[in-house]
Amino acid sequence: MDVVFWVLALAAVMFGFGVFRLNSMAQVTFSLLASFLAVAGLVVLLGLGYLGVVIVLMMVIEMVIMAVFMIMYMMNPAGLMPMAMYHNKPGAMTISVGTFVLLAAGILLVDWPQRTGTPAPDPTFALGRSLMGEQMLTTMTLGITLFATIVATVVLSTGRGRYDRLGGDLDADTSDDPLGGGVGR
Amino acid sequence: MTLELFLLAAAGLFAIGLYGALSQQSIVMLMMGLELMLNGVILAAAAFWHFLASAGSQGQVLIVVVVTAMAVEMAAGFAVATAIYRARQVDMTDGAADLKG
Repeated sequence: MDVVFWVLALAAVMFGFGVFRLNSMAQVTFSLLASFLAVAGLVVLLGLGYLGVVIVLMMVIEMVIMAVFMIMYMMNPAGLMPMAMYHNKPGAMTISVGTFVLLAAGILLVDWPQRTGTPAPDPTFALGRSLMGEQMLTTMTLGITLFATIVATVVLSTGRGRYDRLGGDLDADTSDDPLGGGVGR
Repeated sequence: MTLELFLLAAAGLFAIGLYGALSQQSIVMLMMGLELMLNGVILAAAAFWHFLASAGSQGQVLIVVVVTAMAVEMAAGFAVATAIYRARQVDMTDGAADLKG
């Protein structure tokens, strides 16, 4: 168990560091994915098998989508030349090292309490009961948030909406399209 | 395997993500930094659940919330990047400094 922990923890941190060290956008994306997979392994190691698998499934899809966007927008997707896209690097390094030292000091100095209670025999079952029962408000809030995200992302990323095609009052006689639609009749 | 070791790994991920979010110019790389920070939060939440409060399932619910937040962050971030790229061909944070005070 200890060996598995060290391998996964070091992999998570090293691949995480690789995200800002590697030269190619594609490599960067898959380095981030590897870091997520290592963390998912650690979550499984902690006894949360279901959530670990959920993280794996979500992150694989998320990073593949991210890779597409990377290659769409970013320079140097193939890593043929060194890439340096930083601003205020020393300041950022100081802040992040300071944050780590502060967090590590807290982690090592706090007198952590003992474990209370015993885990449910099936943590996944307990999570399901909790999400559909006492945490229903959380679940519903998450649902509304996701729906609002769907609407907002579509609105933000649509190039031409119905108001561009049919005018502000949606009362134009013919739609103003760059290309005619239909089958030419 | 102790709580402290898990939390140190989580703090490392969080600090690396913070470095990326602060230092990267590219909007997508900045979002990767944010994701890495949330990655650390997931690890810390799982460790807290396992080592301190495994009787309840609130820790697991927190992980579900964070995973959802990651999905929302990435979707909203890419929508904003698409919108600003469409309007001004900007893909770097330095090109979108209109609100800098």
